[in-house]
Amino acid sequence: MGNGVKKFMYVNRRAPYGTIYALEGLEVVLIGAAFDQEVCMVFVDDGVFQLKKGQDTAESNMKNFSPTYRALGDYDVNKLYVEKESLEQRGMSEDDLLELTYEDEDDDYKEKPSIRIVNREELADLMEQQDVILNY
Amino acid sequence: MAFEIGGKSYETDEEGYLANLADWNPEVADYMAKEDDCDLGDNHWEVINFLREYYEEYQIAPAVRVLTKAIGKRLGKEKGNSKYLYELFPYGPAKQACKYAGLPKPTGCV
Repeated sequence: MGNGVKKFMYVNRRAPYGTIYALEGLEVVLIGAAFDQEVCMVFVDDGVFQLKKGQDTAESNMKNFSPTYRALGDYDVNKLYVEKESLEQRGMSEDDLLELTYEDEDDDYKEKPSIRIVNREELADLMEQQDVILNY
Repeated sequence: MAFEIGGKSYETDEEGYLANLADWNPEVADYMAKEDDCDLGDNHWEVINFLREYYEEYQIAPAVRVLTKAIGKRLGKEKGNSKYLYELFPYGPAKQACKYAGLPKPTGCV
């Protein structure tokens, strides 16, 4: 990592629909990816619903943007931390989440999972390491 | 705004991007290209079709960097570079090709 590279963490706390936060937050990440910073995303509280498999928005008249999370790997955003406690409180596990992968350029373009489940303590440590934290 | 092809009207935004993705057909791409004095050949269509597939799968128009990488992977290294793509689409591959493909303007493209 050269000079001028900062660690950015985007924290997603809200359900995907009902407010514009989740979609706007995702768009900011995709735009920000052009600036070659070190980026990670966090999903806590109702934010874990953003990564839920099998979303169907047909009756809510909103666009289902969950397929867009699968593009994050193409944008070199491949560290998606999901808080274990938030999942458990909502009766969910890793199996309920989208399968998100990226191709590791340094390892012969092998497909690797982007989602990492972390507990609250690990998340706090990760937050300590960031230069910038943005909440959505 | 809107334009007309063979009696059918197509609604666009103020920059000429198609308002409804579902309205798109190849004639729309040809019409838009002609307005820009651009003749669409097979090489253009490869990129346009790729963009439509990408949108179908991910619900976004890819950034130029992502498009370039993906085209290289799909169509070969000699096409996966910005020189090649800018020769095809001098107004910017993401912007111009997305427009012909009937997609919204790429996210983050100003």
